[in-house]
Amino acid sequence: MGKESLSATETRDMMVAVADKIIEAEPILTDADRALGDGDHGVGMERGMNAVKEALASEEFTSVGKVFMSVGMAMMSSMGGASGAVFGTLFRSGGKAIKDSETFGAAEAATFFKEGTDGVMTRGGAKPGDKTMVDALLPAAEKGAEVADQPVCDALAAIAGAAAAGRDASEDMIATMGRAKTLGEKSLGKPDAGAVSVAIIAKTMADFAAS
Amino acid sequence: MGGLYRIPLNVSRKIAGDPFSVCHASETLRQQAFTNPLNTLQMKKLINDPLKVADELVEGLVDAYNGECKQVGTRSIVKTDIPEGKVALLVGGGSGHEPIYHGLVGRNLADGAACGDIFAAPPPNIVFEATEEVDKGKGVLYLYGNYAGDVLNFDIGAELADDEDIEVRTVLIWDDVCSAPPTEKDKRRGIAGLVPIVKLAGAASQTAASLDELEALAKKAVLQTRSVGVSMAPGAIPATGKPTFELEEGLIGLGMGIHGEPGVAEIPMTTADELTPKMIDLIFEDYEKDDEVEALKEGDDVLIFVNSLGATTMMELLIALRKAKACLTERGINIYDVMIGPLVTCQEMAGISFSITRMDDELKKYWEMPCQSVCFSKMEGRYGG
Repeated sequence: MGKESLSATETRDMMVAVADKIIEAEPILTDADRALGDGDHGVGMERGMNAVKEALASEEFTSVGKVFMSVGMAMMSSMGGASGAVFGTLFRSGGKAIKDSETFGAAEAATFFKEGTDGVMTRGGAKPGDKTMVDALLPAAEKGAEVADQPVCDALAAIAGAAAAGRDASEDMIATMGRAKTLGEKSLGKPDAGAVSVAIIAKTMADFAAS
Repeated sequence: MGGLYRIPLNVSRKIAGDPFSVCHASETLRQQAFTNPLNTLQMKKLINDPLKVADELVEGLVDAYNGECKQVGTRSIVKTDIPEGKVALLVGGGSGHEPIYHGLVGRNLADGAACGDIFAAPPPNIVFEATEEVDKGKGVLYLYGNYAGDVLNFDIGAELADDEDIEVRTVLIWDDVCSAPPTEKDKRRGIAGLVPIVKLAGAASQTAASLDELEALAKKAVLQTRSVGVSMAPGAIPATGKPTFELEEGLIGLGMGIHGEPGVAEIPMTTADELTPKMIDLIFEDYEKDDEVEALKEGDDVLIFVNSLGATTMMELLIALRKAKACLTERGINIYDVMIGPLVTCQEMAGISFSITRMDDELKKYWEMPCQSVCFSKMEGRYGG
């Protein structure tokens, strides 16, 4: 039986589950990034998520937004590079927009993905189609707006589906940002590593809410 | 996988530079290199835990500064005696390119440096920790190379500083003329030109009355500094021992970036006297094509900096400088002063770059101030002056 909405403590547990899943996926992310970038995305995300677990374990939360802001700050401080800045911005901007909420329902999920995506696009300057994490995030945010009146378990499942489809679509894009841009058409046929991470994050959030 | 990096670097460059005299020796050595992968220079790195390389090198840097600088926060280097009321200069970037950037903190140079992990931008908290420490009430100028990761993280650092009412301005260094056309300077990378630029800004920061004044001087130094680099063989990533990029055997990357970013062309290895004029010409062309700056012309005074990316020797730099001077003299350009040595490196990468800074009276005044740091020291005045 899936959940209608999550408390702040459940939201924290959900993000710990996300951290575990990303750490487990390190070899997948490393492979994805080695194909297109410099191969450091998996190790960077693993380092970031270890810091996230440490930060979440040491704090009690009443605001769901603060959970995400704490995730963002931990990633930003520990990862460095461009991915630390953009993933940190995703969670900080998304979390800031719902920092007064005590529960994480579909409406909060929609706001989180919308504001987080806006933050990433403003910060990094990536547009849809540039073969970046935005290509998984933007469809997720758009889907979130459509399902904002549903139970959070259903909403997150729909958001995760959109993120996965976005990740798959990134295979057919030519990279124009970051180090992968130097590959041009050689970047075709492989998904963007950041988009792979976003899809894993959304899927784990959905799985948690469904249980 | 025909990259030169499998062969010991000194041998590979001999093959490339003089293909006839070392032919037989090179075959034998090449076979040894392939049968014994440890038989390469870059696999033998004298380090400890590969993941702690950046932290440990900063500890060593503090020791090298012997009290002149201290470590602050997670991984920043800051001068110990910044006077109250001084306009502060903060540099920074990924580690692994020593002696820059953190080696440029010192007397009449930068006040602090935010140090990232190996080849990675410093995260915002590190930028902020350094900012807070160097700020003496007159604000902080961020001066660093134009790389996406650095810009993202320094910008967030500046926002964190703004939350604490510390005024921050940013001037980006984009001297690599091969990384984008003059109309797209926002896409250009910062390479060796950052050393003279930071030297000039550091000197100016000693007497700058305001952040505005220092910002203007730094912008002028950036506008008047242009570089061209060439890559001959990659360095190795300390944590993995893997090469930072690959080059077809016998080819060199004209205009290739210090991490292997693409440049103008991959061309066959050639001699110092063939390559140097090509590189100097690219710098001249850029001053000509750029609407924001006057073309280099007869009678101009320039500072020339010949940099090694790590493995290229002083012998080679001197041979290249000799030709570069001839190219400049031919066009009636005066060499005002010379810098030479491995200051902007990428581990044991083989490669060379030329940077030209056109000097006016204001820049000369700041150049002639003495400075001292682990990276770069000079006495008052100039050589031959």
